Amino acid sequence: MITTSIKRRTLLGAGLAGASMLAMPSVLRAQDKSLKVGVYGGYFKTSFDKNIFPEFTKATGIAVESIAEPTGEAWLVQLEQAARAGQAPADVSMMSQVAMLKGQSTDLWTPIDMAKIKNSSNLLDRFVNKYPDGRIAGIGAVSWYITLVTNTDVYKEAPTSWSAFWDPANADKLGLLALVSNSFLLEVTAKTFLGGTNALDTEEGLLKAFEKLAEVKPNVRLWYRDEAQFEQSLKSGEIPMGQYYHDVTGLAAADGNPVRSTFPKEGGIQDSGCWALSRASQKSEEAHIFIDYMCQPSIQATLSRKVGTSPTVKREVTDLTDKEFAAVSSDIEPIVPRYDLYQSKSDWLNQKWTELIVG
Amino acid sequence: MRREPPQTLGDYAPLLFPAAMLTIFFVVPFGTMIAVSFFQRQQGGFYTPAFVFDNYARFLSAFFGGVLGFSLLLAITVAICCVVLALPFTYMLTRMARKVQVVWLVALLSILSLSEVIIGFAWSTLFSRTAGITNILVALGIMSEAKALTPSFGAVLTGMVYQAFPYTVLVLFPALVRLDPTLTEAARTLGASPLKAFFTVVVPALRNTITATLIMVFIFALGSYLLPQLLGRPQHWTLSVLITDQAIYQSNMPFAAAMAVFLVLVTLGLVALTVIAGRKGEAA
Repeated sequence: MITTSIKRRTLLGAGLAGASMLAMPSVLRAQDKSLKVGVYGGYFKTSFDKNIFPEFTKATGIAVESIAEPTGEAWLVQLEQAARAGQAPADVSMMSQVAMLKGQSTDLWTPIDMAKIKNSSNLLDRFVNKYPDGRIAGIGAVSWYITLVTNTDVYKEAPTSWSAFWDPANADKLGLLALVSNSFLLEVTAKTFLGGTNALDTEEGLLKAFEKLAEVKPNVRLWYRDEAQFEQSLKSGEIPMGQYYHDVTGLAAADGNPVRSTFPKEGGIQDSGCWALSRASQKSEEAHIFIDYMCQPSIQATLSRKVGTSPTVKREVTDLTDKEFAAVSSDIEPIVPRYDLYQSKSDWLNQKWTELIVG
Repeated sequence: MRREPPQTLGDYAPLLFPAAMLTIFFVVPFGTMIAVSFFQRQQGGFYTPAFVFDNYARFLSAFFGGVLGFSLLLAITVAICCVVLALPFTYMLTRMARKVQVVWLVALLSILSLSEVIIGFAWSTLFSRTAGITNILVALGIMSEAKALTPSFGAVLTGMVYQAFPYTVLVLFPALVRLDPTLTEAARTLGASPLKAFFTVVVPALRNTITATLIMVFIFALGSYLLPQLLGRPQHWTLSVLITDQAIYQSNMPFAAAMAVFLVLVTLGLVALTVIAGRKGEAA
């Protein structure tokens, strides 16, 4: 009984965004054209509300109502359930790559008409998300790096390689992400020790990566789902090393906290979010205008400066200085997660992973 | 006023509202969950309606058995700790002045207003190396250097007992207030020490209440999924944590539902066993 009520509470919490949206239609009607845009709640949403959406409304006359969406796949589940009922809690949402693939399997995403996205030529190829038959499911919104972070009081010298995680000297000092599909530690292991993420093509290679990864376990103090939990411990030096988001760590350092983010020589993990349009949305026209607007090099540069994300367009077309670019990205070839695995082998990977860290 | 058994259909009318609420908010969701637990999981997608046992089959493994065992053990430990702490506390509370009682009860009720998240973060700070209670011990010269007490089983247990303690007191309080004071007085007159009177008179007299409280706290603790994550290591994660992972992060609703159904069945089974054992004990 308690179990179901706890689950319901979780869903309620996550669904709060949806509920508050339902209370808003009277406000929306006041505008001629409007669009509901889902962005990750908290820091992302605040930054978008402040720096991006007002300018967009000024330029296009389309009012934006931003919806705080939970990270992970909770939002995907809600969008899918809502779409089955013909509802769209948000028209356009920022979605993770794994969520994009999962949504594809039920045709959740309305294909994007590239003819209407004039700025699409600026995009880097890996930020265009396609259905297996070539239709466009989503367009890169922002990308970000997960890097090796350390507390500068505890580590005077910045580590240079992901292999620091395996160093016995770091026993009980690491904070790592708790899920196989958001920590991307298999890719890190493969790139650092097995010669690249292609090593994960076979089950044999995956098992080898799991085996190597198991050696990290004694060094891990915290497997976190909740970012706030690790960020606090990193700042205080309670958990002085781990993997974390490059942008947020940079902001924390700028605020005077003793933390630093390092791009290891094997590369930072580059993850990204796509703009995707729910099939239940009636606002296809506005959504295309919005996505096109967001693909402009100047907007991507603004995002880099104000939000700290890495551009999804080619670097040459933006006016970012070397220093600005270095603050959000790196010229070291990134580790690009093997998103395909989290779709084709998700249950197997999840089972192995859970057994690895819990067992 | 004499109470008459309901005669006509209309007499049952007051029952309609609670019955409807129970159906809409409990029976229907629970039924849906049971139905979903038999659905076919689409890997990398969602699920399709079907009638398969795959989800239950996946659960029946040594790994999940271990997690289930740990969850039950943790909940039982929390229940026992709570009752052992709360029974003497509540007993003493009921013998205090009315004003003192009110202050204590309000304080306990205010703990109930704290969310699990706040409780978790507060304890993880208290147990931390950099800002935790060990720093006080170091300042007092009892310990040589501050150390982290979390993540550990003790930290999880402390957090959960803290959370469940007010419920325990509130359930025990009415029974202890109603307890006839002449019982203990008689025991004292016959020469029993206060401690002996408590264990030989108060505890046996409250046996049913204690059993009921144990069951309530056990079920309450079984659903906990945040505190084990915030205060424990992965081996201290309960089944509820894994259910959340499957439902929220893996979008594997059928498997999450199957695990939840399993957890409910095991819980009901254990509760039934306790009740039966209690009845047998009474008969003997």
